[in-house]
Amino acid sequence: MSAISEDKVIILAEVDEGSGLSRLSRELVGVAARLASETGAILEAIVLGSGIEAAARELISLGVRKVFTADHPSLAEYNPDTYQAVLEDQLRESGPLTLLAGHTSLAQDLLPRVAAAFGAGLVTDCVGVETAGGNPVFIKPVFGGNAVARLDVTTPLRMATVRARVSAAPEAATSAEGEVISLEPRGVEPRVRVMESVKEQGSVRLETAGVVVAGGRGIGGGDGFDRLGELADLLGGAVGASRPPCDSGWMPSTSQVGITGKIVAPDLYVAVAISGSSQHLSGMSESVKIVAVNQDADAYIFKVADYGVAGDWKQVIPAVTESLRKHLSS
Amino acid sequence: MAVHIAVCMKQVPDPEGPQSSFEIDAQKNRVVPRGLPPVANPYDENALEAAIRIKEAQGARITLLSMGKGLSRAVLLKAMGTGVDDAVLIDADGLEAQELDSYTSARLLAAALRKDDYDLILTGRQASDTNAGQVGLCIAQMLGIPAISVARKVEVSGDRVEVESILPDGFMRVEAPLPALVTVSHEVGELRYPSLLAIKEAKKLPVVSLSIEDLGVETGPGLVVMRSVAAPSRERRCTMVAAESAAVAGEKLADLLIAERVV
Repeated sequence: MSAISEDKVIILAEVDEGSGLSRLSRELVGVAARLASETGAILEAIVLGSGIEAAARELISLGVRKVFTADHPSLAEYNPDTYQAVLEDQLRESGPLTLLAGHTSLAQDLLPRVAAAFGAGLVTDCVGVETAGGNPVFIKPVFGGNAVARLDVTTPLRMATVRARVSAAPEAATSAEGEVISLEPRGVEPRVRVMESVKEQGSVRLETAGVVVAGGRGIGGGDGFDRLGELADLLGGAVGASRPPCDSGWMPSTSQVGITGKIVAPDLYVAVAISGSSQHLSGMSESVKIVAVNQDADAYIFKVADYGVAGDWKQVIPAVTESLRKHLSS
Repeated sequence: MAVHIAVCMKQVPDPEGPQSSFEIDAQKNRVVPRGLPPVANPYDENALEAAIRIKEAQGARITLLSMGKGLSRAVLLKAMGTGVDDAVLIDADGLEAQELDSYTSARLLAAALRKDDYDLILTGRQASDTNAGQVGLCIAQMLGIPAISVARKVEVSGDRVEVESILPDGFMRVEAPLPALVTVSHEVGELRYPSLLAIKEAKKLPVVSLSIEDLGVETGPGLVVMRSVAAPSRERRCTMVAAESAAVAGEKLADLLIAERVV
């Protein structure tokens, strides 16, 4: 055994409803594998939950050789106290390592606690991870997306949360071999108690939609969003909103796209009556194609769009929807 | 006895400013806000609003805790005029911006919070300049108290705090025993405006000023250090579709999206 412990990259993987690996966790394997190969580090993963064997096997099929699982009924639902105990036990007395998680609500809640417990540097909301001099460099938007920072973490334990679509998921290989090591969670009496989880009506899986049709303040009310919904339905997409319609109660807050809402990068993003504030752009500017419709020809949104119409969305959008409907049914 | 609530509030350059006002100083690796007045971090304002609602519902003492370099008195008074009872200010003038990363900020704030007994500590979910979302949860860890993040509703019931915490597809009802820390999101609602009289009266509220030395926290280089900073590269070449009417422009846009295989 070498006296100097080897550097590691550990993925904190998450399971989706239905117990498979989340899409973001699969993408994270791509990010982590590249970082590990560029820094000469060992790639591992850890998964917490209940009934997560399938997710562990999926990680192995994606190229992770060693997967730690904390598989226990008490971990079926996220609780900061129980999850923190498992993660801390795993990271304690470890050598230098980089822990990568998706920029999810779970990781945003969990990682700052662990970082504070260990005095470790954490960078949240990364849009990229590079290497310089054999060390990771974390790239993240700051000042509401008005600037992009490249950050070094100076502690042996480095932690980061990474956004969706930073990398493609590696191809799965069923022949891949790896080891699953189960961890025994220590019994922790949680101080924080989850009484119930409530799904909000009309909430959509914006992050996974291939097409997002989003409206801004200029939509004028909830009825207007029904028009956007017709276009979204036609294209099999989801309806989103900038912050003002959510603050005004026209749309549920779960529909908000932006730095404090959903971060999306669909194949097509249609921004309707959205002026293009930095905090909104920061949540959608990685979309493959962007269409903007705005009354104001000088609106900033046109600077970040691929296609634009300067005109009244109430005329433009129904015409787009009808034309596409004819095309798709022909 | 009424609950004692601490609200942590950072001052930031107005996040609503145009992109051109966030100037990049590539030599010094920093962002220099040009012509932007300092404002209270909007999420911290939401945290203060949550505190005031608890005070209205059942009575509370609200202490505003703010740390920064050259804190704006006008920004402080405007916040204090909304229903704050007293304030603790930490003067960070002696520290380099690089030293004030999330971890060090949390250590300093936690040290200030240890100087009094608080039942509930509220912070914004994140600051609008660093967009990190770490300080609140780090403070709770350092103080050894339970924490709940991204609240849209905060209520105190007896010796417990009851919170609606935002999830990607809804929310969850969560509770924790006091003392506890809760990070607050904008869904709570905007901070009310103080009257001019209330701002004037706020000048008479008790204020404790602390220096970094008073807190007994060793500071040094940050755990997270800025290597470089740049303007975002998100501008694209936009093909504008024009026609005699908006409806015809819509049809032409659809044709273009089909022709270029976007749909």
